[in-house]
Amino acid sequence: MRQIRALAGSGILLLLLMALSLMLGAKSIPLSDVYHALTASCSSAECIIVRDARLPRTLAGLLAGVALGLAGALMQSLTRNPLAEPGILGVNAGAGFAIVLGIALLGADSPLQWLTLAFSGALLAALLMTVIGAMGGGRVNPVRLTLAGVALAAVLEGLTSGLSLLNPDIYDHLRFWQSGSLDIRDFSVLRTLSPAVLAGAALALGLAQSLNSLSMGGDMAAALGTRVVRTQLLGLLAIALLSGAATAAVGPIAFIGLMTPHFARWLVGNDHRWLLPATALITPALLLAADILGRMMVAGELRVSIVTAILGAPMLILLVRRQRGRGGL
Amino acid sequence: MTRRAWLHGGWLLLACALLTWLALTRGALPITAEQVWQALRGQGAANVQLIVVEWRLPRVLMALLIGAALGVSGAIFQSLLRNPLGSPDILGFNTGAYSGVLVALVLFNQSITAMTGAALIGGIATAALVYLFAWRNGVETFRLIIVGISVRALLMALNAWLIISASLESALSAGLWSAGSLNGITWAKTPPVVTVLLLSLLLVALLTRRMRLLEMGDDTACALGVPVERSRLWLMLLGVLLTAASTALAGPISFVALLAPQIARRLSGGEKGALWLAALCGALLLCAADYAAQHLFLPYQLPVGVITVSLGGLYLIALLVREARRQ
Repeated sequence: MRQIRALAGSGILLLLLMALSLMLGAKSIPLSDVYHALTASCSSAECIIVRDARLPRTLAGLLAGVALGLAGALMQSLTRNPLAEPGILGVNAGAGFAIVLGIALLGADSPLQWLTLAFSGALLAALLMTVIGAMGGGRVNPVRLTLAGVALAAVLEGLTSGLSLLNPDIYDHLRFWQSGSLDIRDFSVLRTLSPAVLAGAALALGLAQSLNSLSMGGDMAAALGTRVVRTQLLGLLAIALLSGAATAAVGPIAFIGLMTPHFARWLVGNDHRWLLPATALITPALLLAADILGRMMVAGELRVSIVTAILGAPMLILLVRRQRGRGGL
Repeated sequence: MTRRAWLHGGWLLLACALLTWLALTRGALPITAEQVWQALRGQGAANVQLIVVEWRLPRVLMALLIGAALGVSGAIFQSLLRNPLGSPDILGFNTGAYSGVLVALVLFNQSITAMTGAALIGGIATAALVYLFAWRNGVETFRLIIVGISVRALLMALNAWLIISASLESALSAGLWSAGSLNGITWAKTPPVVTVLLLSLLLVALLTRRMRLLEMGDDTACALGVPVERSRLWLMLLGVLLTAASTALAGPISFVALLAPQIARRLSGGEKGALWLAALCGALLLCAADYAAQHLFLPYQLPVGVITVSLGGLYLIALLVREARRQ
């Protein structure tokens, strides 16, 4: 019962924030006008703002939020490390590195090319992490997976910043991509990436039962009839799809994928069948809330990743303080 | 101590010596070993003397010392928290030290003593804040790390804001320094940092035995007569001091503290708490990275932080792969 209530609450919160995200900004627009702009054809200034600026932005927040949240929750389960997230384990770094290489070697300069580069870079980084983590015997060793991710992130970040410091042109491009913003004015980005997010989310939700038994340890899971290796590989594939798409769409937004699975765990408990949907609802809500606040707080807009940190960090601290007797790592 | 650990330690020491020699002789002006030796004894020509003793020597010595300090600091925290991600750079202690320096840069002048003091205060305040927030009838590892990561995220936002609101001149010098760099180190800048680092390293050496006992678990350590909470607080304080003082001189060089202990652990053949090996790994890593940063991409000089992460990361991956093969 508690779980259903929590899910319904987060769902309503998400819908509310999506509506607010369409209404609020430099110019606030009443809900009736927003509804009018979305349903009928019109050409007033308000309509154009809602349709061409705020709608893609809201949808980007939804897409990226779902993807980052699920990827974070999956990573934490598979590495059995509650600190894992796409930012720490090399996926964002892979996307950044691919963009730098693309600009340096292929002269890529259109957003769509960057999108392809970022997506394939994130995908490759996640796969590489898996390969290193899984070497030497089929099963993926959680500790080695974590270390492989951290090491990979280090190498790729180093190479990226090295290359961009040596080449001012790359530095200029990267500066914009790295600031991480939901403000995209292009539906084609969303249209290209939503299949990847949907596939990744479906995969993740389908694995929920197996993840539950995997959280009791590899041997126990095998005894319960779960195919450990298959679950791990499919989970990593889902992570690659989800975080690749999110990073490609909105740039590297760290910390949120680490944070929200803990909120969800507090709300609905450790059962992945509830945990994953709850994460998928809470993360976009938080991301949109941060984006709205960033629009409202200062004149020139504050980066969403900064607001996420300011908003989320104290919440997370409060949360772990309230939580009692959760076993060590 | 195992034979393998000694052997690897010897190799690391040899590599450090070799790198020191390389760093002193190579450069825009190549200097022969003989000239270096003369300059070190104070008998060289004036210009050689200047380059070797005043420019290259402080840089290479500081690279070794700071690398060792970061390695030890990382080893302490990873041992206390029993998590490879529980290193001071992930927990945000060097971010806190950097915030301290930024505040000092924005509010006061750029004197090195003020900056060192600000970095120490920033680092210790961050650690105290993390410890305080994580305290609830005792400190639990998981809570401590989560709180640390949250505080780090907050501080990074604060740093971004400080850089935006600072004057362009301060922002530029702070930004250059933010990747971690050993450029422009002279003897005049070193005394406060070196004092703190050497003292802390000495104290850590005295506490090594306790740390190894703590690794066996709180109850065992307590039964063996170790005052658990007090030892842990001391070790953490020293770890924070090592990180913060290094940050004051060289900026927030990330990943050395994370990687060096992991590499040391793999070289030591399973021996726990091999602090001296972690120190050697850190020293070698930072020294090699600094040499590469200076010489690899002439005429550009990269910040050393950029290189440490690539080199250390590659090496850790190689070790992981080798370890996996052997199983």
